[in-house]
Amino acid sequence: MSGILRANGVCKYFGGLKAVENVDMEIARGDIFGIIGPNGAGKTTFFNICTGIYGPTKGSVYLEEEEITGLSPDKVAAKGMARTFQNIQLFKYLTVRDNVKIGFHLHTKTRLLDAILHTKAYQQDEKMIQEASEAILERVGLIQYRDSMAGMLPYGIQRKVEIARALAIEPKLLLLDEPAAGMNPQETMELAEFIKSLNAEGHTIALIEHDMKFVMNTCNRILVLNFGKKICEGTPEVVKADQGVHEAYFGKGIIAGEAVK
Amino acid sequence: MKDKLYGVLAPVKKYGLFVAIGILALLPMVVSKTYILGLLCRVLMYATLAGSLNVINGYSGQMCIGHAGFFCIGSYVEAILATRMGISFWVLLPLAGAAAALMGLFVALPTLKMRGVYLAIITLGFSEIIRLLALNWTDVTGGAMGIKNIPVPRLGGIEFSNARTYYYIFLAIAVLFLFITRRVIRSRLGRAWMSIREDQLAARSLGVNTPAYKAVNFMYGAFWAGIIGAAYAPYARFIDSTIYTLDEGFNILSMVIVGGMGTLTGPLAGSVVINVLTELLRPIGQWRMVAYGVLIIVMMWFRPQGLIGASDSVLAGRDIKMKKSGEGAK
Repeated sequence: MSGILRANGVCKYFGGLKAVENVDMEIARGDIFGIIGPNGAGKTTFFNICTGIYGPTKGSVYLEEEEITGLSPDKVAAKGMARTFQNIQLFKYLTVRDNVKIGFHLHTKTRLLDAILHTKAYQQDEKMIQEASEAILERVGLIQYRDSMAGMLPYGIQRKVEIARALAIEPKLLLLDEPAAGMNPQETMELAEFIKSLNAEGHTIALIEHDMKFVMNTCNRILVLNFGKKICEGTPEVVKADQGVHEAYFGKGIIAGEAVK
Repeated sequence: MKDKLYGVLAPVKKYGLFVAIGILALLPMVVSKTYILGLLCRVLMYATLAGSLNVINGYSGQMCIGHAGFFCIGSYVEAILATRMGISFWVLLPLAGAAAALMGLFVALPTLKMRGVYLAIITLGFSEIIRLLALNWTDVTGGAMGIKNIPVPRLGGIEFSNARTYYYIFLAIAVLFLFITRRVIRSRLGRAWMSIREDQLAARSLGVNTPAYKAVNFMYGAFWAGIIGAAYAPYARFIDSTIYTLDEGFNILSMVIVGGMGTLTGPLAGSVVINVLTELLRPIGQWRMVAYGVLIIVMMWFRPQGLIGASDSVLAGRDIKMKKSGEGAK
């Protein structure tokens, strides 16, 4: 099996609300995996379960066949899963460079005494972080913003900074929660290219998105959720043709049916 | 106007530290009045104390307002062990710091999931508990009688028995504190603290074990408060619980706010301003509390980032958004 992330019968109930109901998913290495669905379908909740922000009510999550169900977000990150957030959650008052540097937290080991005495471990860590963060910023085309305050940058750039920060983890799997939200068509197109180029470099990516054109053009596999349940999974072609997906987005009935065609 | 002020302060921030240390080291030789020397001692003492609080409030964004409690623990550990067991001041200094840090851990553990006002109230309660313990545990702390005749520190042939000599102990601690804290802040640890201040969820999802780092942050701040407490006891020669009130905690906090949260030299500036102001306003007696109140309100209003606060600090608010918005386009 070349699966990276596998979810088995994941459920999440908030009281009587079944936010996620019995969802199975398997993301293969090298995928750009899309999760779509109408508002409130449970996409972000499902993401949050995968990254440890919520524990599932039932079911389990495996990263490279290792169970990560219910681990805390920092432990999940340490296992090699990085994510971005629907509402950009940058360290707004730190520079872009410092944002990325914090992303290297897991790859450094400096302790209190190392920092105080400037030991070899500290110096190696700082040198590595300095160079590696420059390299990442260069790679994603943000090098000219490195000393800018992250919170002061335009929206589209902030999204990229968040991705750059997540890349610093050197993740096995990168989860992007609505990366194109609030972007104009031009920015969305650039983002699609950017995500494809990351994928070409060997990053496995899963993303939640509302922009259908974006998802259909970018992803090679798509999972559709509606009211917390999986209603379809497959290639963009399969999803496009699926009656259930049409119904989820446009409703049932002759008029809606015709509108789709 | 604000930009101008910042321009003036910029070089001060760069070289000020070294120049300041040089001047500060020479001061006792120039200043003859004991009164002024006593003020200088207090300024340096509070600089470290406010600095240690700033590590908690300014860098990791936790809200501790009961810092007087840690200060109190340091003082009593030193005073009790020095008077009863005759242990050397130099041994007790780190020991008192460790005791305060341990207590910091106890306070931090149940409060790790709390933030803002909830944590603030718990630290407030903790500070009062420590003070009441000092007041009522008569067998150990001397109760309302306090502890007197605390032995003065000696080093070689020097006896640190007055403000002129003791000044150097406070100076050494302040310099050591600034030096070490600067290094810590500019390391992985300091960045983790700042990431917690900025966005806890994002910090966690980048692998920062936020509860552990918050606990370490609290312990670090408490450690230095304990050390300063231990340094204060033999300086005053007499301590009792009335020194470590909540007012004292607020006093320390006001220095951090006035000087600038999340900056290294801010608390130092805050300590100078508040202590000098205390002396200048002595004629108006208790009314000076009103003056502090007004000062803090005015500061929060016009310069929320404090005197030394960088224009890019968290607290500068809308001011920087306007100033920096054009910068990204460059």
